[in-house]
Amino acid sequence: MRTYIELAAAGAPNPLMPATAEIIAGSIAFLLLFLVMRSKVVPMFEKAYAERTAAIEGGIAKAEVAQAEAKVALEEYTKQLATAQDQASTLREEARAAGAAIIEEMRAKAQEDAARITAAAHASIEAERAQAVISLRNEVGALAVELASKIVGEALDDQARQSRVVDRFLDDLEKSK
Amino acid sequence: MRALLNLSAKGDEFVPPSSRDFVLPPIFEDIAFLTKPILFSFVAAILVGLFFSASARKAAVVPSKFQFAGELVYGFVRKDLGTEILGHEFRRFMPYLFTLFTFILTNNIFGIVPFIQFPTFSRISFAYVLGIIAFGVFHYVGLRKQGVKKYIKDIMFMPGVPKPVYILLTPIEIATYLVVRPLTLSLRLFANMFAGHLLLMIFFLGGEHLLQGAVAMKFVGVLSFGMGIALTFFEFLVQCLQAYIFTLLTALYIAGGLADEH
Repeated sequence: MRTYIELAAAGAPNPLMPATAEIIAGSIAFLLLFLVMRSKVVPMFEKAYAERTAAIEGGIAKAEVAQAEAKVALEEYTKQLATAQDQASTLREEARAAGAAIIEEMRAKAQEDAARITAAAHASIEAERAQAVISLRNEVGALAVELASKIVGEALDDQARQSRVVDRFLDDLEKSK
Repeated sequence: MRALLNLSAKGDEFVPPSSRDFVLPPIFEDIAFLTKPILFSFVAAILVGLFFSASARKAAVVPSKFQFAGELVYGFVRKDLGTEILGHEFRRFMPYLFTLFTFILTNNIFGIVPFIQFPTFSRISFAYVLGIIAFGVFHYVGLRKQGVKKYIKDIMFMPGVPKPVYILLTPIEIATYLVVRPLTLSLRLFANMFAGHLLLMIFFLGGEHLLQGAVAMKFVGVLSFGMGIALTFFEFLVQCLQAYIFTLLTALYIAGGLADEH
């Protein structure tokens, strides 16, 4: 304190005393800068901040929408896939059933055909046999009559008698067999 | 220190730096008022104004490097001093706080910029100006927000305090709001810049003087210069810190006016 007083006495100015020119100059300089900051700098920076925030929030919102859409699409796809699988298995089941039915039908038809062919063959054989028997009988009759007439010398031109003789002959033939 | 001064005083007289060194003559003899601090207070205002106007001009969503540099400073004031202290009402105080921070910071740094090397706020008039503006702003905000009656009543009689305490508290509160706050704002800034500049002057002028002495004294002179350089870095820290503190306290006082109870 003493030294300060001494200094002051020696003509050192009191540094706490303001100077008018400096007060005015400081006020003007500060005010000028303040006006520039208020009119240009701060509004523009705030604008940039606001736009950036909006851009980021917009981006997030957009991403959320896209994500929701993707989720819906995925659900739909999964659902469709499940439906398709269901349909496929149904179709497979139906095809298998249809296949089995066709095989069954074919088999039945084949059996039927076989039976029919067999029956036809039987009938044909039977008919030929009958024909053969008839033909044989007539021929044997004729031969026998011819033989007999030759042997007996008696003309057996009467039809009734002829057949009677043949029948008797055949009966004998069968008995002797 | 005393010994050092005595040593140097043996040669031609060493005049230690004093408050006399803060009274600078006019730059031009014809213009008496235009001293170095006055000139550079305007230079600071113009430089800062131009830099940030140019930086903010485009206000692009994706900033250029230049805009990013401006935004870095603005974003610092906006977040640390704006949103975190003033809350949602920060926007209307941003021009003031941002001007305050950049203006003080630039003028302080002038203290270590080569060829300028004079911190404007080591002249107390400039510090008084900012203190008075801060005083006006935070009282105006408080009066507008709470109404004249409630604002004065809350200062005189802080709510939620037992009645006898008012005998002590009321004078303290009145002194705080009317004198202490603006005065300490001004004095803190001024004293830091004044002392810092004085310190640098002592080490550099003393070093210069010692270099003209004997060999041993030259050695001490080199040490003195080294110390001066180290202190220059320290001063840079102080200069940034003081700009921050002034703005921070102003923001806090404004926040006090905005709050319903302080």
